[in-house]
Amino acid sequence: MKTREARDTRQTVRYTEYHPRWYRAHVSTWWWLAGWPYLKFILREMSSVFVAWFVVVLLLQIRALSRGPEAYAAFELWLQNPLIVLLNLITQFFVIFHAVTWFNVAPRAMAIRFRGKRVPDPWIVGANYVAWAAISLVVVWFLVRS
Amino acid sequence: MAKQSNEPVLWVLFSAGGVMAAFVIPVQLFLLSLAFPLGWIPAPRYEYMLALVRLPLTRLYLFVLCFLALFHWAHRFRYTLYDGLQIKHLNELIFVCCYGGAMFGTVLAGYLLWNFR
Repeated sequence: MKTREARDTRQTVRYTEYHPRWYRAHVSTWWWLAGWPYLKFILREMSSVFVAWFVVVLLLQIRALSRGPEAYAAFELWLQNPLIVLLNLITQFFVIFHAVTWFNVAPRAMAIRFRGKRVPDPWIVGANYVAWAAISLVVVWFLVRS
Repeated sequence: MAKQSNEPVLWVLFSAGGVMAAFVIPVQLFLLSLAFPLGWIPAPRYEYMLALVRLPLTRLYLFVLCFLALFHWAHRFRYTLYDGLQIKHLNELIFVCCYGGAMFGTVLAGYLLWNFR
């Protein structure tokens, strides 16, 4: 009895394409200039562009390296171009900004439990910073040769 | 059957790239693009850098770094364009440009590193 009613209801229901229009407040394209938290969000997202720029420079360096000492010297000279230096300084700021904001939200991405209790947020953030320092030291050890 | 979304895969690449970028890019950029060429720290010799990149492990590392960092950029930049500039009507074009760009860069990195002598 019940199932037949359900079937009947389904048959009688009619869907219409003309549903009521949702109310949507108009948001300006420049909404992210309306306050520091918004601007910070966009700057954080834009850090990805500088991550990509880093990859471009890295690939150019690998290419120069494979082409011989002269090409590599020319590449090093190109890195001394004031415009490139300025761009790389801005990139440095953004990649550090990316790292700091990334580590600070790490506790929200990984909820680690130890003996049934959740590891406190500052511990996870701290562990990330310790790992950052350790990895940076390894890279320095590989590249800095006096 | 529901169409499977490729969004989770793209998100995982974004996330893995974010972790890798956060850990290694600041120090690598500082040394290779600023400190060495500007003479703040004595730069390693050409022969040393060549020998380092010739190691298969270094090349594998560099390839993974390029691959993940580029897909991190693609995903984040795509959503910045969606949210920031609200250009959702160019959805497909942005999608193709972002992931296509990342794909192109990854192939280029693979080519350069595979043929590195």
